Amino acid sequence: MSIKSMEELRKIREEHQSKVALRQSGENPEDKIEILIGMATCGISSGARETLNAFVEEIGKQGLQNVKVITVGCIGYCHSEPTVQINMPGQKPVLYGNVKKDKVVSLIDSHIKGGQPLNDLLLKVDFERA
Amino acid sequence: MATRSNVLVCTGTGCLAGESEKVAKNLELIIKARGYENEANVIKTGCFGFCEKGPIVKVEPDNVFYVSVGPKDAKDIIDEHIIKGRVVERLLYREPLQNEIVSRQEEMPFYKKQLRIALRNCGLINPEDIFEYIAFGGYEALGKVLTSMSPEQVIEEVKKSGLRGRGGGGFPTGLKWDITRKQQSPEKFIICNADEGDPGAFMDRSILEGDPHSVIEAMAIGGYAIGADKGLIYIRAEYPLAIARLNIAIRQAKEQGLLGKNIFGTGFNFEIAIKFGAGAFVCGEETALINSCEGKRGEPNYKPPYPAEEGYWGHPTCVNNVETFANIPQIIMRGAEWFSSIGTERSKGTKVFALAGKIKNVGLIEVPMGVTLRDIIYDIGGGIPGGHKFKAVQTGGPSGGVMTEQHLDTPIEYDSLLEIGSMMGSGGMIVMDERDNMVKIAKFYLEFSMDESCGRCTPCRIGTKRMYEILNKITSGKGTMSDIDALKQLAYMVKDGSLCGLGQTAPNPVISTLKHFWNEYMAFIKDEDSPRGEGRYEAKNKIRSKLEV
Ligand SMILES: Cc1cc2nc3c(=O)[nH]c(=O)nc-3n(C[C@H](O)[C@H](O)[C@H](O)COP(=O)(O)O)c2cc1C
Ligand code: SF4
Ligand code: FES
Ligand code: FES
Repeated sequence: MSIKSMEELRKIREEHQSKVALRQSGENPEDKIEILIGMATCGISSGARETLNAFVEEIGKQGLQNVKVITVGCIGYCHSEPTVQINMPGQKPVLYGNVKKDKVVSLIDSHIKGGQPLNDLLLKVDFERA
Repeated sequence: MATRSNVLVCTGTGCLAGESEKVAKNLELIIKARGYENEANVIKTGCFGFCEKGPIVKVEPDNVFYVSVGPKDAKDIIDEHIIKGRVVERLLYREPLQNEIVSRQEEMPFYKKQLRIALRNCGLINPEDIFEYIAFGGYEALGKVLTSMSPEQVIEEVKKSGLRGRGGGGFPTGLKWDITRKQQSPEKFIICNADEGDPGAFMDRSILEGDPHSVIEAMAIGGYAIGADKGLIYIRAEYPLAIARLNIAIRQAKEQGLLGKNIFGTGFNFEIAIKFGAGAFVCGEETALINSCEGKRGEPNYKPPYPAEEGYWGHPTCVNNVETFANIPQIIMRGAEWFSSIGTERSKGTKVFALAGKIKNVGLIEVPMGVTLRDIIYDIGGGIPGGHKFKAVQTGGPSGGVMTEQHLDTPIEYDSLLEIGSMMGSGGMIVMDERDNMVKIAKFYLEFSMDESCGRCTPCRIGTKRMYEILNKITSGKGTMSDIDALKQLAYMVKDGSLCGLGQTAPNPVISTLKHFWNEYMAFIKDEDSPRGEGRYEAKNKIRSKLEV
């Protein structure tokens, strides 16, 4: 295979971008949406790993550049695992419970892309954590 | 599927010495054992700069920066961080002043004042994978140049950027390209100078280890601009890792058609060959380097003719430094205006320095021109270890001079350093504290120059030896004022009478320490004949200094 034009170079660039996309997070953290996934023992045993992978998969598939998935420890709502916290820049964090992997697509569509939190998964907390 | 975590492990020379290869290996094994191979990926990168606290491991996208990671820590990084999402606190960097934990790279004082252009991919990409370089925009500058710019436009852009050679001399790069372009010759060459022999310097080696493609891409751009279809990389054989990665990079670029014939279908051909040096300091001097490339003794020639006129096998040849090249793709992609907005009036862009000596954060840094020594020593370098007092910093290696406390707020740029009797040089910065004796430091550098003199001209060959002997006499407490005078006299003779930059700059450490640390010389001198400091060379020097004014 030999690259013969700028178009071909760009195509190769796009093909490999998902592989490195994770690495630029540090560049402009201000306008990144953060998805925090509780990955303590209770989270993992109730399916947080599958949820996490579904997020990564979907974000990669949709090519969302401004979203960053972060694994965190116990968020403290063991009764509602898997728990997922979404931090939109400049807004209060929103916490969701019982986010099984089949909820991921609708969360992305409604909250991440549409800016509308998904009410039926919301955990009622009023907290100042970032 | 896309993996969710990248574990970046530094495999620069510094971290390799700290077993980072084993760290990477263990990380891979444990990921596999836990069944996470589809979710986490281990990537071996080049130097992060923070070699002092190596081996470095960074986890993305979490942006967590681990320091001093040993092979045994691999288990916790996977089990705690990757699997459970819990940061492994004991491996985080502790900011020494407040003893606070800092986990994010950009919040570490070491990185805060830095701006990475030449080092932008070091510690970010796997240098052995051309696709990672491409994914970060690699080879687009070459494509842009070949498909939409004339050689003159490329040169104009580099000229406008204000980029000056990072190999020490600070010659405007665009101008050098222009001169080489204007030579009438069917054959021309572009050479990358990767000799880097001054004590304490490892900037160029780290760039080649961490991001070899940026240099290869830039050489092709330069080749197009000056009208050369062959490039040489002159590198010393004692840099095996850099050589290995260069070889891989060249092979991959050829496979992708980014080197070779008809690049981007434009009819432009470009090839790169590697030439090995045996590790002589003088071979970094461009005419000596060209002789060495031709298989001759690595001795300098008289200039003119300059290599741009008559270089490799008599053909016009442009010699540029590694770091100079590493800036080029960014200048092409982001434009001359962007580049020249960084830095100072007469020194544009950034400079990479290798911090060494009595400083907490030994390592590799890149800062905008014009930052002060204070920024570098205290904010980035973390100050002097052990509560000692800063005394001086030697820039420019054996060719440079010292800067002292009074220069802490001098902006670092080519001209201001020359004004205070030091020089930018290639970027080695060796920090000294109150316990260092400056006469001995000067002697150390002089001994280096004496050993590395190629012997071709008498002032350098014999002059440096005599200077060294006098310094030896002084430091052993047997020196007199007339020795000091002779030392000064010789210093200017060697400077004026030598053929190449080695001899012309070898006395600088002596001249500069005489100026700033006269007391330390005097502390060694017990002269009963001339207690007021009047030696027998005094009269001659008076005449001389009048002539110079
Ligand atoms: C004794 C001596 C050693 C040198 N060593 C190096 C070196 O290791 N690397 C380098 O790039 N330039 C070195 N130079 C400077 C080169 O001669 C030349 O100026 C430089 O490679 C030009 O590239 P630039 O314009 O990109 O800086 C040395 C010069 C002298 C006099
Ligand atoms: S100045 Fe020294 S190194 Fe340079 S040519 Fe003369 S003897 Fe050789
Ligand atoms: S070699 Fe690893 S940080 Fe420099
Ligand atoms: S020995 Fe050659 S000039 Fe003196």
